[in-house]
Amino acid sequence: MTVALAAGGPTGRRYRLRRVLTEAGSVVLALILLIWSLLPIYDMFLIALDPEEGEIEFDGNIWPPMPSLAGFRAVVTQEARYLEDFWHQFGSSLYIGLATVVLTLLIGSLASFAVSRLRLGKGSLLTGAALLTYAVPASFLIVPFYRIMDDYGLTGSHWAVITAQVAFAAPFAILILQLYGRLIPLELDDAARVDGASAVQLYLRIYLPLMTPALAIVAIYALLLAWNEYLYQAVLLSVRNMTVAVTQGQLFEDVDAPYNAMMAAAILYVLPPIALLFALRRYVAASLTMAGAKG
Amino acid sequence: MSSMPEAFPIGPALSVKGSGQPPGSRRVHGAEFRWAIAFVLPYVAVFIAFVLYPFGYAVWMASRPALFAELITDQLYLPTVVNTLLFVGLGVNLKMFLALLLSGFFLRRGWWVRALLAVFILPWAVAAAQAAVAFHWMLIGQQGLVDGLLWALFGIDGPNWFNNRWLALGSDIIAYIWKWLPFWTVIFLAGRMTISQDIYDAAEVDGATGFRRFVHITFPLLANLYLICTLLSALWALGDFITVFLVSTGGPALSTEVLATLGYYYAFELGNPALGVAAVMSALPLLVLIVIMLLRRLQLSEVQL
Repeated sequence: MTVALAAGGPTGRRYRLRRVLTEAGSVVLALILLIWSLLPIYDMFLIALDPEEGEIEFDGNIWPPMPSLAGFRAVVTQEARYLEDFWHQFGSSLYIGLATVVLTLLIGSLASFAVSRLRLGKGSLLTGAALLTYAVPASFLIVPFYRIMDDYGLTGSHWAVITAQVAFAAPFAILILQLYGRLIPLELDDAARVDGASAVQLYLRIYLPLMTPALAIVAIYALLLAWNEYLYQAVLLSVRNMTVAVTQGQLFEDVDAPYNAMMAAAILYVLPPIALLFALRRYVAASLTMAGAKG
Repeated sequence: MSSMPEAFPIGPALSVKGSGQPPGSRRVHGAEFRWAIAFVLPYVAVFIAFVLYPFGYAVWMASRPALFAELITDQLYLPTVVNTLLFVGLGVNLKMFLALLLSGFFLRRGWWVRALLAVFILPWAVAAAQAAVAFHWMLIGQQGLVDGLLWALFGIDGPNWFNNRWLALGSDIIAYIWKWLPFWTVIFLAGRMTISQDIYDAAEVDGATGFRRFVHITFPLLANLYLICTLLSALWALGDFITVFLVSTGGPALSTEVLATLGYYYAFELGNPALGVAAVMSALPLLVLIVIMLLRRLQLSEVQL
C-alpha cells in the first residue's frame, strides 16, 4: 500500500516518524484499554482471594500479600453465610437459563419458520409487533408482572421468570432467524415438497439443520439475557427458588457479610457465559458481521 | 407498544426482505396454512400473555390523573427525571462515540490487537449484577481500589464517590459504559468490515487519510448504523435498573435514582405500586419518540438497501 509509495522518497523520514508516533500511540491506548477492562475484574479477584471475610480494603499491595482460596472453599463447601444454598441457587440459575434458551429457540424458530418458509400472509406484521416489545423496557413492567403472575398462579416459581425472559428474548430470536433464513433458498423447500414432505418434516429436516449457526446466536443471547437478569429474579422468585444473581444484592444489607466468599461466588457465576462465548466464538463473529451489514 | 399504528409501516418494509415471496406465487395450500397458524400460535400466546397484558395492565394502573399530580409534587420525581436524562444522554452518547472510535483501532491487524479485543470483550460477558457490585466496592471511598491507587500512585486523597450526587451519578455512568462499550464496539467493528477497501484506496489516491478519511468516508457510511444503534441503546439504557441499583444504590439520600429504580422504590419500598407504575410510565412519550425515530431509520435503511 502506502509503504511502497513513501519509502525512500523525500517524505520517507517524515513518514517513518509518523509511523513510530502512531505505533507509540496505539501501545499507550492498548495499555489504557487493558487497565480499563481489567480493573473491576482485578478488584473482584483481590477481594475474593483475601483470607479475611470482611476485607474489601485496598492496602496498596498490587498482589494480595497472602492470597488464599478460603473464600472459594467456603463457597464450594457452602459454609459461608448467605451462601448455605449456593449450589441449589446455582442450579436455579442454570434451570432458568436453560429453560429460557430452549423455549426461546423453540417458539422463535417455529414462528420464523411459519412466517418466512410457509409464506404466511401478514407474517411481517408479527415481526413488527414483536419488535415493538422493545419499546417498553422490561424493568418498567415489573409491577404489572408481579400482579399478573399471581393471576397465572406462577408467583414464586421459576416459571414466572422463565416466561417473562422468553417474552423478551423471542423478538430478537425472530428477527435474527428471519435475517438468517433469507440465506437459505426457498427452492430447497419446494424440492422437498415435491417429494411429499409435510410442514413438520420441512421444519425438522431442512429448516433446523441449516439454521444451526443462527440458533447458536439466539441461544447465547437468551442465556446471557437470563444470566444478566436481576430485577425479575429478585421480585418474582420465592426464597426457596432464589438464584445466585439475587444473593449479590444482599451484600449491601449487612456490613459483616463474608465479602471474600461473596466475590468468589460472583466469579464462579460469571464463568459459564464466558466459557460459552469462547466455545461459540465463530458463530458470534458471523452474526455480528451480519448485524453490521444490516446498517 | 403504545405506538401500534407505527407497526404498519414496518410491516411491508420487513416483508420485502423477510419472506422473499415472489409476486404472484402460488397461495399457501390448506394443510400448510393450518400448520403455519399452529406454528405461530405459541409466540402469539406468549406475546399476548406476557407483553400485551402486562403493558395494558401498566397503562390501566397509571391511568389516574391524580397519580401524576402526586408525582410532580414528590420531591424525588423531578431530580430523578434529570438523573435519567443525564444517565441516558451522557452514558449512551459517550459510549457510542467511544465505541465508534475504538472500532477503528480494533480494525488493525496483528495478533496483539486480537488478544486485546478478547480481553476488552470480557466486561460484556461479566453478568450485570456482579459487574455493578465490583464497581461499587472499587469506588467505596478510601477503602476502595480506585482511591487506594490514587493515593499509592499520586498521593491524591480520592473523593468519597457515593457521598456526592454528581460523583455518584458519574460513577453509575462510568460503570454503565464499562459494561456495554465492548458490545457496541464489536457491532461497529462488524460495520466497518463491510466497507470495501476499494473506497479507501480511491480516497487515498485523492489524498484523504487519517481524520479526513474518517469524516468524509467512514462516518457517512456508518451514519445510519450509528443512529439505529444509538436509538436502540437509548431504549435499553432507559430501562437499565441494575447499574444504579447496585453501583450508587440510588444514594446519597436517593439523589441518584433513575426512573427504573424510582419505580421500584415507590412500588416495593414505599408500598405504592400505582405510583411506581406512574413514575416509569411517565417516560412513555420519550419512549414513543425514540421508537418512531427508530422505525423511520429502519425503513430508511430498507430503501437504501
